[in-house]
Amino acid sequence: MELKRKDLLDIKGLDQEEIGLILDTAESFKEVTGREIKKVPTLRGKTVVNLFFEPSTRTRTSFEIAAKRLSADVINFSVSGSSVSKGETLLDTARNIEAMRADFIIIRHQASGAPHILARNLRSSVINAGDGLHEHPTQALLDMFTIRERKGKIEGLTVAIIGDIAHSRVARSNIYGLTRMGARVRIAGPPALIPADVETLGVSVFHSMEEALSGADVIMVLRIQLERQGKNYFPTLREFANLYCLTEGRVGHAKGDVMIMHPGPVNRGIEISPEVADGLSSVILEQVTNGVAVRMAVLYLLSGAGEKLS
Amino acid sequence: MNLLIKNGRIVDPVNQADQVADLLIADGKIMQIGQEISVAPNTETIDATGQWVVPGLIDLHTHLREPGYEYKETIRTGTLAAAAGGFTTICCMPNTRPVNDSQAVTEFILRKAATEGVVNVLPVGAITKGSQGEEISEMGDLREAGCIAVSDDGRSVMNSAVMRRAMEYAKMFRLPVISHCEDTNLSEEGVMNEGRVSTELGLRGIPNASEDVMTARDIELAALTGAHIHIAHVSTRGSVELIRRAKEQGIRVTAETCPHYLVLTDEAVTGYNTHTKMKPPLRTLKDVEAVRKGLREGTIDVIATDHAPHAQVEKEMEFDYAPFGIIGLETALPIALQLVDEGVLTVNEMVLKMSVKPAKLLNIDKGNLSIGAVADIAVIAPYETWVVDPAQLKSKGKNTPFEGWKMKGRVTHTIVGGKVVYKG
Repeated sequence: MELKRKDLLDIKGLDQEEIGLILDTAESFKEVTGREIKKVPTLRGKTVVNLFFEPSTRTRTSFEIAAKRLSADVINFSVSGSSVSKGETLLDTARNIEAMRADFIIIRHQASGAPHILARNLRSSVINAGDGLHEHPTQALLDMFTIRERKGKIEGLTVAIIGDIAHSRVARSNIYGLTRMGARVRIAGPPALIPADVETLGVSVFHSMEEALSGADVIMVLRIQLERQGKNYFPTLREFANLYCLTEGRVGHAKGDVMIMHPGPVNRGIEISPEVADGLSSVILEQVTNGVAVRMAVLYLLSGAGEKLS
Repeated sequence: MNLLIKNGRIVDPVNQADQVADLLIADGKIMQIGQEISVAPNTETIDATGQWVVPGLIDLHTHLREPGYEYKETIRTGTLAAAAGGFTTICCMPNTRPVNDSQAVTEFILRKAATEGVVNVLPVGAITKGSQGEEISEMGDLREAGCIAVSDDGRSVMNSAVMRRAMEYAKMFRLPVISHCEDTNLSEEGVMNEGRVSTELGLRGIPNASEDVMTARDIELAALTGAHIHIAHVSTRGSVELIRRAKEQGIRVTAETCPHYLVLTDEAVTGYNTHTKMKPPLRTLKDVEAVRKGLREGTIDVIATDHAPHAQVEKEMEFDYAPFGIIGLETALPIALQLVDEGVLTVNEMVLKMSVKPAKLLNIDKGNLSIGAVADIAVIAPYETWVVDPAQLKSKGKNTPFEGWKMKGRVTHTIVGGKVVYKG
């Protein structure tokens, strides 16, 4: 089995079978990453370029480790600021990289839709590592992997996503993925951080944490970008934390076996209290571990490597 | 030099005419309309059998980009595009570099148009100096130089007191004030309509209210000042409703919409095609339906193009970074004809919206085929089909959302002052 597509741009376009295939494949790779020799020759001779227009340590590192464990050659290409300020267009930059025969381009960009420009114009496989406010598909895949691993399933679970939904590509990808896999998704936050007409994506909207968390199987806390202050999305971080910080008391509204997730990096004491972030229900570090396996699976499935992995 | 247009369907709402006849032009003017007009054997003749002969189209809303942005469009290329679209008169917006807020710029445009242009060009002057929204421009000078209206198009005059003074002053010169209605605080960093599609695409949204609050404000200011406000590029159901009520109250308000607000919704943005990025943004089906209804009922007087050419490299950007605006001169007529096909407008109403009303609104003696009138005429083959290929368009801008669309209706001849300036 392989993914019959050149690129991974979003979760929205994936069907249940494709998501299932990626998660199943990631399981095999997780086994590989548990070995003493954590490397397989699957992508030997292939070149992976990490093209990051936004600072990111964890996602870039995760992709780099994933590619290296598949024996691919990895080049990191960081561009500070936008392509506009550099005077070169995104397409020019990407065409140059393609001219060096990159097999994969993993792109993170502050503008929604930037990976789509590359995918349309290049022969290389393009993987979206986060575009603007749009999607962060591998994050949702690793989140779904982590949920499935812990809970044994996704279907029928109640997942509450808390915080800045409007500006979160993690939220969008998870909403698409989780609803497609049969979970009930709730979102909660102050009105300005809930995007317009979001109910049409199949989620229920809450403003009260207590109601949103009641009976939840999974709580996904989003990072509050500190630069959102001063734009009247909410009056102060203090008040935001008063209303939406995931504290032990609030976790009590969810199911006893609730699992708590966060895509990182964590603002302790703002969207999540330190006790909860580090508590027994937290799977934040497991998410990071699983990220490598999921990204290996995506690279492998897009490479057309076929059935070579047994 | 005489020119005979033979056997066409002459549609001339001003003279309540709709008949198959010949039309004879002499010395740049319409000399005779009738059956089987006999002329000297060597007279230049257009066989318009099966075609429509209408007053040349008038566009209230064109961006010619010259001076300052000649890489996007020039007065030459913009007027060639206009002619290809059946337009014989176009009003050019002042957001050039420098802004048309002085006699010097107005005179420059008119001189260039006279020497290099192929259709009539009527400059629109700025409402405020540099279109900065702070100090009103020297409208007396602008009018004397040849401006036919004022607008800060592309921007909103955000300060209501400035807009009030500008309207009072423009009224003294009988200049319509063309308003780009947008509360830029509400638009924030928005790049498309706010709603389900913007949420799905992760693009920042511009709510309908951004347009509606300014439409409401400008209507109130028109009521206060008695000035003639013309609402540019209406895209929302809310604005249509506000204008309808204002007209019922007798306030001096007129309005235009653009072809794209009649046939496209924000769904078109899916895929991040920057040729679907313009201001105001493409809205939802409910808005499209309301705008169509407003057009049919007469709440919206005019179809204008908001022809806004940009260079390919500017539009080949990330959606967030690409400039707002699309071209429209060469696709407006077939889209209007689509509305005729769909029963939204009659042929007569289409000519009203694209020629008669714009002329009336500007107080110019155009938009009719009266005997003695200057012969500004478009000849249209209404059933001929063609596919939009940006490379074939006359405009320098190739930024059209209609690439690949199969259009019905083609301009075969555009005649300005009795001279054929375009032959399709």
